[in-house]
Amino acid sequence: MHDERFPGLHRRGFLATATGAASLGALVLTGCGSGPAEDTGREGDGKPTKGGRLRAAFAGGGAGETLDPHLANLFADAARAKALYDKLADFGADLSARPRLAETWEANKTLDRWQVTLRKATFHDGRPVTAADVLYSYRRIADPEQAFRARASLEPIDLDASRATGERGIEFVLKRPTAEFPNVLAAFGAYVVPQDSGESGGFDTKPIGSGPFRFVSFTPGRSAVFRRYDDYWEGAPHLDELEFVVANEESARVNALLGGQVEYAHELDPTTARAHEGKGQIAIVRLPGSAMQGFAMKTDRAPFDDKRVREAFFLIADRKELVDGALSGAGVIGNDLFGKGYEYYADGLPQRGQDLDRARALLKQAGAENLKVTLDTSAVAAGFVEAASIFRDQAKKAGVTIDVEMGSKDSYWADILDNGTLCCYRSGAMPVEAHISQRLLTDSTTNATKWKHKDFDALYQQAQSTRDKTERAAVYERMQRRLYTEGGFLVWGFADWILGTARRVKGVSAEAPANTLDWARFDKVWLA
Amino acid sequence: MSGLRSFVARRLLLGVLQTIAVVLLVFALIEALPGDAAVALAGDQPDPARIAALREAMHLDRPAHERLTDWVTGLLHGELGTSLSSGRPVGQYICDGFGPTLLLATLTAALLVPAGFGLGVLAARHEGRLADRLISSVTLAVYAVPEFALGILLVTVFALQLRWLPPTAVGYGTDLLGHPAALVLPVLVLLARPVCSLSRLVRAGMIDALASPYVAQARRYGISGARIRYTHALPGALAPAAQQLARTVDWLLCGVIVVEALYVIPGLGTVLLDAVAERDVPVVQGLAVVFGLLTVVLNLGADLVTHRLAPRAGVIA
Repeated sequence: MHDERFPGLHRRGFLATATGAASLGALVLTGCGSGPAEDTGREGDGKPTKGGRLRAAFAGGGAGETLDPHLANLFADAARAKALYDKLADFGADLSARPRLAETWEANKTLDRWQVTLRKATFHDGRPVTAADVLYSYRRIADPEQAFRARASLEPIDLDASRATGERGIEFVLKRPTAEFPNVLAAFGAYVVPQDSGESGGFDTKPIGSGPFRFVSFTPGRSAVFRRYDDYWEGAPHLDELEFVVANEESARVNALLGGQVEYAHELDPTTARAHEGKGQIAIVRLPGSAMQGFAMKTDRAPFDDKRVREAFFLIADRKELVDGALSGAGVIGNDLFGKGYEYYADGLPQRGQDLDRARALLKQAGAENLKVTLDTSAVAAGFVEAASIFRDQAKKAGVTIDVEMGSKDSYWADILDNGTLCCYRSGAMPVEAHISQRLLTDSTTNATKWKHKDFDALYQQAQSTRDKTERAAVYERMQRRLYTEGGFLVWGFADWILGTARRVKGVSAEAPANTLDWARFDKVWLA
Repeated sequence: MSGLRSFVARRLLLGVLQTIAVVLLVFALIEALPGDAAVALAGDQPDPARIAALREAMHLDRPAHERLTDWVTGLLHGELGTSLSSGRPVGQYICDGFGPTLLLATLTAALLVPAGFGLGVLAARHEGRLADRLISSVTLAVYAVPEFALGILLVTVFALQLRWLPPTAVGYGTDLLGHPAALVLPVLVLLARPVCSLSRLVRAGMIDALASPYVAQARRYGISGARIRYTHALPGALAPAAQQLARTVDWLLCGVIVVEALYVIPGLGTVLLDAVAERDVPVVQGLAVVFGLLTVVLNLGADLVTHRLAPRAGVIA
């Protein structure tokens, strides 16, 4: 066995997803006319044609894979779940919630009761999607025995008090005001399954959803075949059939695409993209803003409990060099804030650049000259190890000695949560608000920078209780300004997510960050 | 033959003990790895409460010796247990992965024997001359190329440039026999290095045997050259090669991770790699049992063959 030479051999895309409350949608949204779905195709793709079979290669989860949408964990799981099932809402390219199975949502005055009306949709067996199905699905996800990933996202809902108000009406009772409640409905893994489908245990043999494709066959770790659902509420997909195949090695996905064995290859390396971009053999699609890249400083311990040290580190980073070196140029530079290009991102703040003299001066003021820090990294995500060594060299110029320590990629995220002082960090797309609620509040579950400030928590609660969107945006701006000045995340870039498709594949969205509605959305894709 | 029988019995017993030792070692090593199945499953959402809940659901909150005892009890009843990450039976994991692995191993071994022995004999016959030098330098050169590099090279040339063969077996699942073209490249990569080492062993053995007194004696009796080579010299030369062949087949059956990953063949190597990454202890242990027993049986078989070919070698004593 010679696998030790290929640390990236089994890289799998874990999703970083929203588990907090949601981002800011309008408080009342109607699905009609607001669907962005119709014009997501690349320009010049022409008129869609019907028919054909598309094969899509993803990195997968091996023989343990399941089609239970509530167990979805990997990108492959999410793509399959999206084909078979629907959520009440999903995220647009700017990470704002868009209605899906929910036709409308409306809050009461205090934002702690939400009336949701379902659109007319049917499951693949012809039964209508009802309020009872939604409540069943949410209660299944929230079952403490099951430890489903989406459970934390649904936490704001009091499911015992929530009830059906008709066949297609649901009143959600919340534990506290939640202005971003639509984001909860769009949370990763919050799919609607028919009542009692958990007990009947047929997720891997005859799963029934309301999504654009119906089940044909499934072999864990190998392939899943789905067929067009003609009665899909949003209109039947263009494709006749869709097959997901699993290929964990990036070179295998590229080769299969080049050799005509698949028409869509998910997650390619920047070097592969450069080699084939514009050569005419395959089409390369870059989804911008898909992964925040940065370093997380633990603000509760030395040396990063001194905000001057944190600011010095902000000023040490040469962001362009990091993007070019660690991401092979496939991305844009960051400004120490999460969510560039997303709704509520504070884009008015000046772009920070390298300033070694100022960094040195700040370190001197803080009494941290000749500082030595250990930077934890791991081969868990593309570019981590490279980013660590580039930053080590940059820090040396400011008189800071960084020891890079390699950790296990299988337990990296749990290891860095409470241990160490400085680590490589990345995050998939989620609303700015979800990033805050998951990572930056005192009781956040994955607070990797140990950012715990009561006044900051209070601002978050204030935003959640603010009905007016402009006023709410102002609160988020204040919070982000503080993070920009003295936060624990040094966000140096945002990586593109890279896909390859055969030339005849049309209608692939090039705007949607990985893990939003239009990402891996095969019902809008056709073969020319 | 009673000596042989007791030898076999002793070796099998020893093999079982070795397998038990391997399983215990594997268990201890996985326990020693950072993180467990719950941590691996939680991935980039290491919410401590969720990890605790997952741990409880997987019964990982129980002490290690209890989990091991449970698993051993199951094994005594012929059960390999269930996967931590999916809850499916480990036996099913192994059965599903074994088909592709067995197919690749069988094909490779079937081609390896004639190719390796043929080249070795050919080189020995022409010792020091052009054919020998050619075979020796090519086998040495091919042996030096890592599988991964060779695999990529073959895909680039034969699948992407010439378009003679499919680049991977993606989407063919277990029905690999239905797509024989997809098997050509992986089998070539698997063959490359074993053919080289085997042919060099056979060549050396043949040259030794041909120079030996008993071959000289046979020549003096006027026995034909071909008969001397194939019925007198070759068996003696095969003894070390048989051992090498057993090791190669063992390597093939225990999952060839690089080739499986490169050509998307979901065999035992892939199952092992996934299971270790997921810290799925029962699956890794089940594989350790299967791999351990395979190794024992194959090596025993090789010893018996060696004994038959060269009784004086005394490998059995």
